[in-house]
Amino acid sequence: MSFWRMPLDAEEQGVTVGEVHIIAYRCKGCRYCIEFCPNNVLAESEEFNEKGYHPPYAAKDGKCVNCNFCETICPEFAIFVTEGKPGNLQPADVLHDVKPGRRLQRKRRYGE
Amino acid sequence: MKNIFIDAPPLTPDQAKLGRSKGYGDHPLDKYLKEGRIPHIWCSGCGIGIVLTAFIKALEKSGADPDKTVVVSGIGCSARSAGYLNLDTYHTTHGRAIPFATGVKLANPELNVVVISGDGDLFAIGGNHIIHAARRNIDLSIICVNNFTYGMTGGQGGPTTPVGAISTTTPYGASEYPFNLVYMAAAAGASYVARWTVLHTRELRDAMIDSMSKPGFSFIEAISPCPTAHARRNKLGSGLDIMRYYKEKSYLADELDRDETALGLADKIAIGKFVDVEKPTYLDMYNSHVADRAAQAAKKKKKKKK
Repeated sequence: MSFWRMPLDAEEQGVTVGEVHIIAYRCKGCRYCIEFCPNNVLAESEEFNEKGYHPPYAAKDGKCVNCNFCETICPEFAIFVTEGKPGNLQPADVLHDVKPGRRLQRKRRYGE
Repeated sequence: MKNIFIDAPPLTPDQAKLGRSKGYGDHPLDKYLKEGRIPHIWCSGCGIGIVLTAFIKALEKSGADPDKTVVVSGIGCSARSAGYLNLDTYHTTHGRAIPFATGVKLANPELNVVVISGDGDLFAIGGNHIIHAARRNIDLSIICVNNFTYGMTGGQGGPTTPVGAISTTTPYGASEYPFNLVYMAAAAGASYVARWTVLHTRELRDAMIDSMSKPGFSFIEAISPCPTAHARRNKLGSGLDIMRYYKEKSYLADELDRDETALGLADKIAIGKFVDVEKPTYLDMYNSHVADRAAQAAKKKKKKKK
């Protein structure tokens, strides 16, 4: 969802933040969690686990929204998410593509 | 965000001797799994673990009593899931999961009996049992993990192998028509029939909740990738490639059409809930038709004797 300005009650609104827990030694490197994370939070790490696979790690700071999809799609019981401290709404979360309003557009096109 | 990697200390020789699992209890769902059995044997990218997770989540969400839930399975990769669950589970002989489950249900109708097994176990060796259990409408929930092959024995062709698929017993491509599992279950008289792929984890979980609460025979087909035996020979790619294919080619079907729900090799997949009807179960029918009348006949006999 995108808005053209920050909501007025942005400071009161908490954003759900999840904490990703990765049980690295259980991972078999199928990459399902990395591929199907809706917020693309996870990425493949460069380290090996004891089985020789690359377990995922949470690459994006605070982007996990605790949807639990990685937990349900992991065949190995190797990842789970707990709800963390709710964060605040940031401008980057809301203002994706800010278009000028109609009056401003007309002003630019035709002059005053 | 801080990264939370959980790393368990290695097992001591004493623990290893007792068959303990390293780091058992690290995952919140571990309480539903038997210690000493995890990690499981399924290959990287196998979908059976996802079906097992969905089942545990369904058990958790539906609020069903784990002490009154029985999981029965036959033989095969997916049938091993019964051995991993920390419930009352039975790993029966090949193809005989449904007769065993029928016996459990009829002996103690209070129990919530679930059968988790594969396509080869339920439809090839146990093919006769599933149609008769569906015909009688016995109150069972069947979860059939369909991976189109006999995975555990090395990828032989089975009754669900699509036409043209290469397996160890069909090196030039399968020439037989496969079963249409959902259509067959519905035709045999099941009161709940659904099909989801393992990518649709939440729908699969909700279907399991529905099937467990539904009185009558309910059948769920979970389409799962088999990267080792089926996909490798048919050049379908890794498990991830098959999941992408599920995402691309699966669509929600409105009704149970025979040709539309048929599955081919790398063909489109019709998913959804196909049948959901209310029907008296086997025990209801037995009580109303046989037990009551037998009691009345016994009363009449007593009167005559007097």
